[in-house]
Amino acid sequence: MTDSQLIAAALAVPATGAGLVALAGRWPDARETLTLAAAAALFAAVLALLPAVLAGARPELIAWDLLPGIAIAFRAEPLGMLFALVASGLWIVNSIYSIGYMRGNKERNQTRFYACFALALAATMGIALAANLLTMFLFYEALTLVTWPLVTHHGDAEARSGGRVYLGILLGTSIGLLLPAVIATWAFAGTLEFTPGGILRDAGLSRGALAALLALYMFGIGKAALMPVHRWLPAAMVAPTPVSALLHAVAVVKAGVFAVVKVIVYVFGVDALAGSGAADWLPAIAGFTIIAASIVALRSDNLKRRLAYSTVSQLSYVVLAAALLTPLSVAAAALHIAAHALGKITLFFAAGAIYTAAGKTQVSQLDGIGRRMPWTMGAFAVGAASLIGIPPAAGFLSKWLLFQGAASAGHWLAIAVLTVSTVLNAAYFLPIVHAAFLREAPGGEPAHGEAPWPIVAALVFTAAATLALPFAVGVPLGLARSVAGIPPAGISP
Amino acid sequence: MSAEQLPALVVVAPLVAAPVALLARRALPAWMVATAACGFSFVAALALAVQVTSGGAVSYALGSWPPPWGIEYRVDVLSAFVLVLVSGVATVVAPFAWASASAELERERLYLFYALYCLCVAGLLGMTATGDAFNLFVFMEIASLSSYVLIALGRDRRALLSAYQYLVLGTIGATFYVIGIGLLYLMTGTLNMADMAARLSDISSTRPVLAALAFITVGVSLKLALFPLHLWLPNAYTYAPSAVTAFLAATGTKVSVYVLLRFYFGVFGTRIVLEELPMSQILLALSVVAIVTASLVALWQADLKRLLAYSSIAQIGYITLGISMASREGLTAAVVHLFNHGITKGALFLLVGGVALRAGHAGFDRLQGLARTMPLTSLGIVIAGLSLIGTPGTAGFVSKWYLVLGAIEAGRWWLAAFIVATSLIAVAYIWRFVEAAYLAPLGGATPRAGEAPAAMLVPAWILVAASVWFGFDTSYSVQGAARAAALLLQ
Repeated sequence: MTDSQLIAAALAVPATGAGLVALAGRWPDARETLTLAAAAALFAAVLALLPAVLAGARPELIAWDLLPGIAIAFRAEPLGMLFALVASGLWIVNSIYSIGYMRGNKERNQTRFYACFALALAATMGIALAANLLTMFLFYEALTLVTWPLVTHHGDAEARSGGRVYLGILLGTSIGLLLPAVIATWAFAGTLEFTPGGILRDAGLSRGALAALLALYMFGIGKAALMPVHRWLPAAMVAPTPVSALLHAVAVVKAGVFAVVKVIVYVFGVDALAGSGAADWLPAIAGFTIIAASIVALRSDNLKRRLAYSTVSQLSYVVLAAALLTPLSVAAAALHIAAHALGKITLFFAAGAIYTAAGKTQVSQLDGIGRRMPWTMGAFAVGAASLIGIPPAAGFLSKWLLFQGAASAGHWLAIAVLTVSTVLNAAYFLPIVHAAFLREAPGGEPAHGEAPWPIVAALVFTAAATLALPFAVGVPLGLARSVAGIPPAGISP
Repeated sequence: MSAEQLPALVVVAPLVAAPVALLARRALPAWMVATAACGFSFVAALALAVQVTSGGAVSYALGSWPPPWGIEYRVDVLSAFVLVLVSGVATVVAPFAWASASAELERERLYLFYALYCLCVAGLLGMTATGDAFNLFVFMEIASLSSYVLIALGRDRRALLSAYQYLVLGTIGATFYVIGIGLLYLMTGTLNMADMAARLSDISSTRPVLAALAFITVGVSLKLALFPLHLWLPNAYTYAPSAVTAFLAATGTKVSVYVLLRFYFGVFGTRIVLEELPMSQILLALSVVAIVTASLVALWQADLKRLLAYSSIAQIGYITLGISMASREGLTAAVVHLFNHGITKGALFLLVGGVALRAGHAGFDRLQGLARTMPLTSLGIVIAGLSLIGTPGTAGFVSKWYLVLGAIEAGRWWLAAFIVATSLIAVAYIWRFVEAAYLAPLGGATPRAGEAPAAMLVPAWILVAASVWFGFDTSYSVQGAARAAALLLQ
């Protein structure tokens, strides 16, 4: 297949998969086989695109003109490839996990669940491979809409109100802020194409206008969960855990920060933005989000809520890194998209495993659980270590680059934020690990072991990948460097 | 049949079909004649659209009396665009009407329904095709009178009262329009619109001409339900038979918008309308109020059909908002939204008609858990609803893009913010349906008889598909609208 056909396949495989899953609804085994097959085929397609992109090619697929002068078009570039690889690879693992979780918890409407999941992946691929802002916006909105049935999966009052917050904030920001920003960009620049160096350079906008436009983008991309538009993420936790794991720790939120990095690098242009000083306010907002969300996480007893606020905080790492506008920090932003994905999906997998095996949802209930579920809690510890930034887990790598970037920019506020947040990360994760392994379980509880094997297999796999990433860093680091425009030998991790 | 006669044929086909249907006195042949006539007009309108796009406006002298003495039918890119919309929707609604009207009307009166339907289609097409101001009035009356009766045929007894309200207000509107034409005739001595425009350029600031503009504006605004002249619309749309609501919502107000555009830009000219009189500011203010109030009122309706009726008033506000910008983008937005909203709202009312067929009416108590018993209908309402909101990938998005672009290019940021903010109200009222249909448990009043018959579902889904299609392929809609906008601003 040519590279253009591979791009088409990356979009068509999950979309077709969704249709087939819906048709196979009556035969659960066939349905789940189809999901796994679609996930494997998607990953294969994305993987097959990789060599060309690493070699410097930018394969394109131009579908047709949506509006005069603006096409629905796709182009595989390094950042998008990184995101697509992470999302499609983890979809396979997550599907195995879903089978264990959905059957183990006897969830209803499983066909709708798997079909919407596949559609969400199709939308994610569209965002990752979009060649211009309009195409990205199209799939960004589609991702919001197809994940709504997943968030409201249980259909009860809690799911309904969670769904309202989810949809209200995500559509409110994207329609209210992002869309005007995109249209204004079209009016000013005359193009929406993602271009290295940015497209607004020659638009002749003043510093204030650039800053206002940047603010429209940053808060308009609600999926990046910059405070105060972050509330949809904890609200989305009413969804079944596989949804929280792949979509609200990987695909949806990463689509947000991915879009943020894309806009900063390819719409505004790193150098142009640094030269104008229009982004000076952004590190402060991102830093505030990092600290404030960590504090909320620290005070949350509900495990999924704690993880959600941890995600809000970690997403702003990426925003902060991109906002520092140095090559190293942009590479760190790209790498952190991958590193956080692996760590956080492991933590959510573990949270879902605990719920499935023990029916527990609160941090305070976890005393001694590590002895009954050693694999699960071991994986949890690995994921937590990665997010705190303890070597050799993957999170260490991106945090290291991030510190280097902040230091090279001489941005002391960023360094201070990163240091404080590392302490806070440790403060909200380590007590869980401590309680699980070192405290005694309260008496009188029904005995339970590990969750069903697909769940355990999935979380052990992602934990292992978290540990393995630093040793196989060539591909992600190569892609991350390429985003930042650093020659291959430019950084030593 | 030669190409020169198309402007007349497109109108004549349904006009002749009406008495034929009446003489048939039986439902089936009457329906067949009506459907065939609408289909013929649609084909003729498409042929006309192709012709005017490549070769410029087509003129047809009725009875071979050359204009400006005789009645001239004149079709240019704008009128061809509207002709395609009206005849296309008429063709899609006709098969729907077979199943829907048969259920809602007495069998002996069905042939009358189809005869009136043909008359209404002919009236709307005639208003669009004619280049004669008085002939336009005649067709306006044909369309209006037939629609009063069509609305009165509704099963609910309140349909009669609604039709009466519409009759009173519609007649006032037509009277105002004809007074305006009288004044213009007095000043120019001609009824041919192109001729009138040429003669008005010297005397445009005289008092009778300004008075004519005022009368025509008010008269046409009543017909197009511009706030605050919209009072007839919610009841008329709610209680009319489903097929009538769908057809009128998709076409009736749109043709009146077309008439307004014709007179503002084709007859009076931008200088008098926009520079000497503050029509642009007046339209802007009315549109803004229409959008806010109607959207908010829609949010609180207990009946989906009525909710959509109020939504129509808001959406008409977006169209007039585009007109008020009087820029290339603004007019493109107005014309493309006229088309996009026509098919979107047509789709929604057809689907709601299916619900009403099964449940008696479309109150929200009948919609609880509807997705389980009528999955295709519910999905269609969601997709068309997304187009109403303006989600990318639907026709509504294209309209919104040009509206916001027009506002930004004019430097009116507050207006851009207003447009996107109010479309969020549409999210809220569409999601009321989504939550009721998909999240609520199956209600006691929810219809359990399954989907509407295919004769209703298929036409509805054709329009649903169209509202997605024109969100991805804008080569016809946007380019047609852009050409029309360029023509208006000449």
